[in-house]
Amino acid sequence: MNENPDTQARQIMDNLTLYYGPKKKFVAICAGTGCRASGSLKVKEALEAELKKQNLSDVDVLATGCLGFCEKGPMMVIHPDKYFYQHVKVEDVPEIISKTVAKGEVISRLLYRHPETQKTLFREEDLPFYKKQHRVVFGQNGMIDPARIEDYFAINGYQALGKVLSEMTPEAVIGEVKKAGLRGRGGGGFHAAVKWEGVRRAHGDPKYVIANGDEGDPGAYMDRSLMEGNPHSVIEGMIIGAYAVGSNQGYIYVRNEYPLAVTHLTKAIADAREMGLLGKNILGTDFSFDIQITKGAGAFVCGESSALFASVEGRAGEPRAKYVHAVEKGLYDKPTVLNNVETWANVPLIINKGADWYNTIGTEGSKGTKIFSLVGKINNTGLIEVPMGTTLYEIIYDMGGGIPNGKKFKAVQTGGPSGGCIPESLLDIPVDFDKLYEVGSMMGSGGMIVMDETSCMVDVARYFLEFLKEESCGKCVPCREGVRRMSDILEDICAGRGREGDVEILEAMGKAIADGSLCALGGSAPNPVLSTIRYFREEYDAHIRDHRCPAGVCKALISYSIDAEKCTGCGVCVKVCATKAISGEKKKAHVIDKEQCTRCGACIQSCKFDAIHVK
Amino acid sequence: MVNMMIDGKNVSAPKGTMLLESIRGAGIAVPTLCAHEAISRSGACRLCVVEIKKGNRTRIVTSCLYGVEEGLIVDTKSERVLNVRRLVMELLLSRCPESDVLQKMARDMGVAPQPRYAVDTDKGKCILCRSCVRVCEEVVGVSAIGLFSRGSYKEVGTPYNEKSEVCIGCGACAYVCPTGHIEMISTGDRRKIWGRTFKMQACPKCGKFFAPVDQLKFISKKTGTSMEELSVCTECR
Repeated sequence: MNENPDTQARQIMDNLTLYYGPKKKFVAICAGTGCRASGSLKVKEALEAELKKQNLSDVDVLATGCLGFCEKGPMMVIHPDKYFYQHVKVEDVPEIISKTVAKGEVISRLLYRHPETQKTLFREEDLPFYKKQHRVVFGQNGMIDPARIEDYFAINGYQALGKVLSEMTPEAVIGEVKKAGLRGRGGGGFHAAVKWEGVRRAHGDPKYVIANGDEGDPGAYMDRSLMEGNPHSVIEGMIIGAYAVGSNQGYIYVRNEYPLAVTHLTKAIADAREMGLLGKNILGTDFSFDIQITKGAGAFVCGESSALFASVEGRAGEPRAKYVHAVEKGLYDKPTVLNNVETWANVPLIINKGADWYNTIGTEGSKGTKIFSLVGKINNTGLIEVPMGTTLYEIIYDMGGGIPNGKKFKAVQTGGPSGGCIPESLLDIPVDFDKLYEVGSMMGSGGMIVMDETSCMVDVARYFLEFLKEESCGKCVPCREGVRRMSDILEDICAGRGREGDVEILEAMGKAIADGSLCALGGSAPNPVLSTIRYFREEYDAHIRDHRCPAGVCKALISYSIDAEKCTGCGVCVKVCATKAISGEKKKAHVIDKEQCTRCGACIQSCKFDAIHVK
Repeated sequence: MVNMMIDGKNVSAPKGTMLLESIRGAGIAVPTLCAHEAISRSGACRLCVVEIKKGNRTRIVTSCLYGVEEGLIVDTKSERVLNVRRLVMELLLSRCPESDVLQKMARDMGVAPQPRYAVDTDKGKCILCRSCVRVCEEVVGVSAIGLFSRGSYKEVGTPYNEKSEVCIGCGACAYVCPTGHIEMISTGDRRKIWGRTFKMQACPKCGKFFAPVDQLKFISKKTGTSMEELSVCTECR
């Protein structure tokens, strides 16, 4: 292990990156999974062909990872002016090249239009979605093609590693991360440096370093976008961590459902190896470290540390009691640092810019930024990175652009399926690890699902418990049997079979399951139920006592009717009704046969006159 | 030795041992279903939970897996502990309504079935404590049975529920099963278990059918003892 400053490492690093300065003219086209789905790769090909055609060989096209504003894909940012174009099509490409790239002229139809003022906004940073963000980790995605290590060099990539290996002792690295107050982004919020210190001190050889990329929350894709969009930042963080704790072997655990992440990580590891940044004698020092990718099969529980270890070891992904911590007995019972992908990506930044800089971002107990995936009933769906301590209100209304179709906000669920639902009255709380826990939810890995007045909170709880029931590994009784029974009761309530006393049973079960379960999956599984009971008790009562679903969601408790005043008799609903439940004479008010109606909602969506009501 | 306070009593215990042993050693009863002296512990049933206090922090742990610690304050009957145990018993009673072992245990603990839970009809008496799987792997060393599927679909069985080629019919799984779920039928020179029928060895001296031939062959191969020697039952040997 290299304990001494090593100037040679710095020199090798400098030689390696000598030729890669920052780029001037380039088009960054988002090629994250979301934008790929909306056709961004075709646009990229067209861009390259058109540049050739117009003889603009000095302009580079970067197929970047996710740029965050997934709602607007395919999107691109044209540098150096940073013009932001949304919903770009192949047909737009010749004009983009001839006008914007060649002459710096903007094409206004491709610009973002402010939803309220209707003013067109030119630059990425002018957009309300981006304006309040602080994209220190995620922002790098827009500057690099993740498949090219040179691009990472060009944005100071691996400089932190160079600094660590040439100037810092392992203790100094841990000290800096500790001073920065970096807490785990995977859910628990445990202090990274404390883990690192524990592993450094632990007896046992070898020691392992693992990145947890088993992002399993429905609707969450922060880690995927980092692995896809900036794999080297994760790898660099891991190498620094390995140096700090004294490990020579690392693993990235990534789910196989993330094929692009696997591809980019594989390429990045191979490139880093070729450059001497991974493998034996990194940068000429006597420190050696390599990384292997382990593909998970998609079990939610494998994001739990001990289940993840079991899975890497080739056993069934089941957690075990963690009374002896992973820093002493982790993977193969050896000292192990397991950090989330986003945590690792923060490490190079801390080393490069220093703990003091890092400390200027965030709150007292939670430093730095956090990436959230903002989904659900929200105008601006996408990934955002904000300083810890940003309020939920700012996230939902300033960046998220509020609730679509003039509907009223009801709740936001943070922390993934086993997080809690936070009501409107608490939107002013600053988002950090401790505050979210206080209000009965959690940070989790950063999922944020927004719900409006058309979401039934009992149904939401039912949905998440159903998910958790399916994802329980089945090892311990409270989680396997308890979550199933809670799910059954919620199913009953939504189907109109709720009984007086059900809420009290759910509460008692929730507490005992949280106390009695073996791992954090069971420990937090009751959260969606307990938090919705805490903040939306009246909705439970309405279902159980009045056989009424106030949000009009639970099919057994609602009925559809047509407002005779509003109905024009256009007959559109008749055509979409699969059960032929709607009838009426042309141009006269129609009626719904409640016996035939399956309450699928197709008629409501088809009606232009808002004439169909749910009660 | 470490010193602890268990339900207000001073108890000392050798380092490296588990709380469960010290608690029972102090004459305090703790219910368990999955802890068996012959096999490693999984912490699956959660009945042995206790509340521990270390500094200002209290938490619920499974005593079968929690190592003794100096200065630990243990409460084996706190409200939180009893709530977890009650929940576990209620859940198991609805999973395995026919198990007399569970019914007796529940009666002793003062727990009645929770009427709000539907009663399962397809789980038999299996509580998925995994004692059978562990004994087959750790003691017998053949791993003829394992756990498959996940969550509430989890089951114990042979791979693909087919007749196991490695099973030696020893019946260790049936012996450790706390609820009597695993069916082993021995009639004369035949023993049926896990869908396979094993030929039993008769002792040449007393004539008793005492073990499956496959088991004796397995032992002979493992230990190098001759089949002639092993064919005599332990009582006549």
